Amino acid sequence: MNVIKQTAAELAARIHSGELSSVDVTQAHLDRITKVDDQLNAFRHVDAEGALAAAAKVDADIAAGNPPASPLAGVPLGLKDVLTTKGVPTTCGSKTLEGWLPPYDATVTRKLREAGVPILGKTNMDEFAMGSSTENSAYGPTRNPWDTSRIPGGSGGGSSAALAAFEAPLAIGTDTGGSIRQPGAVTGTVGVKPTYGGVSRYGLVAFSSSLDQAGPCARTVLDAALLHEVIAGHDPMDSTSINSPVPNVVEAARQGASGDLTGVKVGVVTEFSGEGYQQGVLDSFQAAVEQLRALGAEVVEISCPNFAYALPAYYLIAPSECSSNLARFDAMRYGLRVGDDGDRSAEEVMSASREAGFGPEVKRRIMIGTYALSSGYYDAYYGSAQQVRTLITRDFAAAYSQVDVLVSPTTPTTAFRIGERVDDPMAMYLADLCTIPANLAGNAAMSVPSGLAADDGLPVGLQIMAPALADDRMYRVAAAYETARDAAAGGALINQIPEL
Amino acid sequence: MTAIAETLDFDEVLEHFDPVLGLEVHVELNTNTKMFCGCANVFGGEPNTHVCPTCLGLPGALPVMNGKGVESAIRMGLALNCEIAPWCRFARKNYFYPDMPKNFQTSQYDEPIAFDGHLDVVLDDGEVVRVGIERAHMEEDTGKSLHVGGATGRIHGAEHSLLDYNRAGVPLIEIVTKPIEGMGHRAPEVARAYVTALRELMLALGVSDVRMDQGSMRCDANVSLMPKGTTEFGTRTETKNVNSLRSVERAVRYEMTRQAAVLRAGGSITQETRHFQEADGTTSPGRPKETSEDYRYFPEPDLVPIAPSREWVEELRGTLPELPWERRKRVQQEWGLTDEETRDLFNTGAADLVAMTVDAGAPVAEARSWWVQYLTQQANTRETELPELPITPAQVARVIALIGEGTLTHKLAREVVQGVLAGEGDPDQVIADRGLEVVSDDSALLAAVDEALATQPDVVEKIRGGKVQAAGAIVGAVMKATKGQADAKRVRELVLERCQ
Ligand SMILES: [Zn+2]
Repeated sequence: MNVIKQTAAELAARIHSGELSSVDVTQAHLDRITKVDDQLNAFRHVDAEGALAAAAKVDADIAAGNPPASPLAGVPLGLKDVLTTKGVPTTCGSKTLEGWLPPYDATVTRKLREAGVPILGKTNMDEFAMGSSTENSAYGPTRNPWDTSRIPGGSGGGSSAALAAFEAPLAIGTDTGGSIRQPGAVTGTVGVKPTYGGVSRYGLVAFSSSLDQAGPCARTVLDAALLHEVIAGHDPMDSTSINSPVPNVVEAARQGASGDLTGVKVGVVTEFSGEGYQQGVLDSFQAAVEQLRALGAEVVEISCPNFAYALPAYYLIAPSECSSNLARFDAMRYGLRVGDDGDRSAEEVMSASREAGFGPEVKRRIMIGTYALSSGYYDAYYGSAQQVRTLITRDFAAAYSQVDVLVSPTTPTTAFRIGERVDDPMAMYLADLCTIPANLAGNAAMSVPSGLAADDGLPVGLQIMAPALADDRMYRVAAAYETARDAAAGGALINQIPEL
Repeated sequence: MTAIAETLDFDEVLEHFDPVLGLEVHVELNTNTKMFCGCANVFGGEPNTHVCPTCLGLPGALPVMNGKGVESAIRMGLALNCEIAPWCRFARKNYFYPDMPKNFQTSQYDEPIAFDGHLDVVLDDGEVVRVGIERAHMEEDTGKSLHVGGATGRIHGAEHSLLDYNRAGVPLIEIVTKPIEGMGHRAPEVARAYVTALRELMLALGVSDVRMDQGSMRCDANVSLMPKGTTEFGTRTETKNVNSLRSVERAVRYEMTRQAAVLRAGGSITQETRHFQEADGTTSPGRPKETSEDYRYFPEPDLVPIAPSREWVEELRGTLPELPWERRKRVQQEWGLTDEETRDLFNTGAADLVAMTVDAGAPVAEARSWWVQYLTQQANTRETELPELPITPAQVARVIALIGEGTLTHKLAREVVQGVLAGEGDPDQVIADRGLEVVSDDSALLAAVDEALATQPDVVEKIRGGKVQAAGAIVGAVMKATKGQADAKRVRELVLERCQ
């Protein structure tokens, strides 16, 4: 039995039964990181000591006959470096936060600790979660374990690569415009963006406050669901956190795995096809839709005309909020400080530090956002974008009055090559074309592996979207699809990944 | 070129111009905790001891609204006869400054919690002026910068600066007047009377300590002049650093005379921020801004909108205490005072003290006379406020009672009060220690009277001849002999008896 290839659910069962120790499982993953991460750069920081201590506590608990702290107690995890960890570096992939040790845990971090989940370390990401390839990390790009010349998606490429490379059975990502789902799709893993407000943002270093949402990343739908229930729930520290029960996603995933989707209405978003979509992706998507039909789902085409404006609206709203959110990185209280030679004024030091601390994509977005919010342009840019957002929310509402879930390809193409789009921001932004609408509406959405593209042999993701607070619906459909696809393909997609 | 006078004579200003005022008053609320976090809201304290991730603006930290702060804002709005917004939001005011942890201030922009009200202000001569209230909105205070070294204590020329974030996030209400026009020579007085009335209102509501010396109430005065006969407002200046009620009046008066001098000499007013100089009562220009500030306001995405229900607003209206002007009216009626007496009572700040003295058993007229006249003089001499005098209403009531009993003359009573003010104890204690009781033993008095009569036989003759008023000389001599402790009325009676 190869411990690192097990699912989180399997590991949990073995740890809780005493068959495996959490320390051994955690150590196996730490060894794997030591062995392969040089080729990937998925981890920014490895906290072996902290992870093993947490694992030992779980083992002691189980040895003492106490019930496990959570269904995932003892199963280790990689945490995206955008969530604060008390006393453990949190860089957000930026030079500006190099060496910063947060004095507090994010709510997600706290919940993981309380659930007995050992945190292996912090995973690499595009600087401040701005990007679709993890090439914007100030600490070098992360590579896709399917093909190390390719990107693992972004911004959470570190988390998805860690899963695909068996460095961790679970990971946490954050999704502002697709940063969980798109990396999931291009690495053949599962990525979930819960309903906005479903998981606390306290301690999630903000990129775009009204869009950011932390969520689970895993290799199976059930593992994602188990992790979802650990991190979700109302948090009085986050005003935008929803005060209602967490959808029962684990039960939905288990129910879905039985494979019957009779009575479920699935809408295919017609806008997400055609020009710009790779044939191999479209073929894989078509096969997935047929699979859903075969499972008993009723499939209809749904038009969401305003989705066409989602990308431009997103690239006004997200930069606007980021220009304000990132203003705090001014070298006064924490973070990189340059030019403080006693002659320069505070403003000059702030300016020099920001110049040195931020990378080009972050600067580009701060400038776009500053411009979009400036007096005389606000209505035309930020104001119009917010109106588009309302229209997109209405498109979703109209669609969900007819169907239970919507489906589309998660990304228009498979993983592109590192360096291929760095000089063409617009091409890069298109990677999030299909994922952005759910962020703008605050709805739930996830990506589940739908096989390899016939034209390049790389993973493709099926996106399943559901209304706000109906996260369980998409888990049910995803689990049914996963079971059927894996059965038809003779095993999980991840088993086809080349050895590193 | 002839020298331009720095200021124009005040009367001359009014021959040519009509002043227009706009007052912006910031009031710090006395809530237990800060506006968006759980830190204590207290004045002072060791630097950076009342701070947390949220009010330090640490990456990832989020604000949570202080409900008590919103409640205070609504009560304040109601007391100012404002409309209360049925739905409003916080907004981010973006600008960089080291004492602002997030480099944006969480404030309100185009959706203030309260708007369109008025405050009736009573001037020294009893005239009532209605000042329009444009809006009252909620925001958070900034930290404090301490500039070390350099001559001015300002950031320029300082060797280094220290930052204290204890005040960062303290709830503030900013109250903005509508333009105050047509006040002519009374403009400076109206400004002071308005701020005074606002201060009394806050005290009555119990929402703020309103200590101008500690900065819990701060006033910015906007002043402009328009040539007589015109209706278009002139260019205004905004004077900051106005830290006492008296300074409000002085600052407005100075700006009127300064602007008039510039305009009469053919110059134009620069729209700028000016600083009031307490020492000489002038204003000086702040640092010139190279570009006009663009705060790039947008709705705060980390907070949910505020939608106070009408029921709650009415419930809060029910909690409003008797407001200062209502009380003035009631007291005037109950105590049967003239307008002038009412004005003196409230202008000296004696109303509460008189009421408490009356409650302690003193007649209204005596209580009023002591506080409004003698004790107000004492406060002025000591350069303190009436309530700060070290004498209690109960002690004053006791003194008044002793006069009524004939134990003290008015002159002796003043000595007793001086004793109390000097910290010698209660009135009875002072009387005992200083031996101040009225000499009422007739035999002792008669001896003194006889002695005086014996030394002035010519006066005795006059009295016996019918010139009763000549008795004054004898009374005077007796009073001198008894060091003023005799009851003059009784001495006179005895003198007349002896001369019959
Ligand atoms: Zn705080």
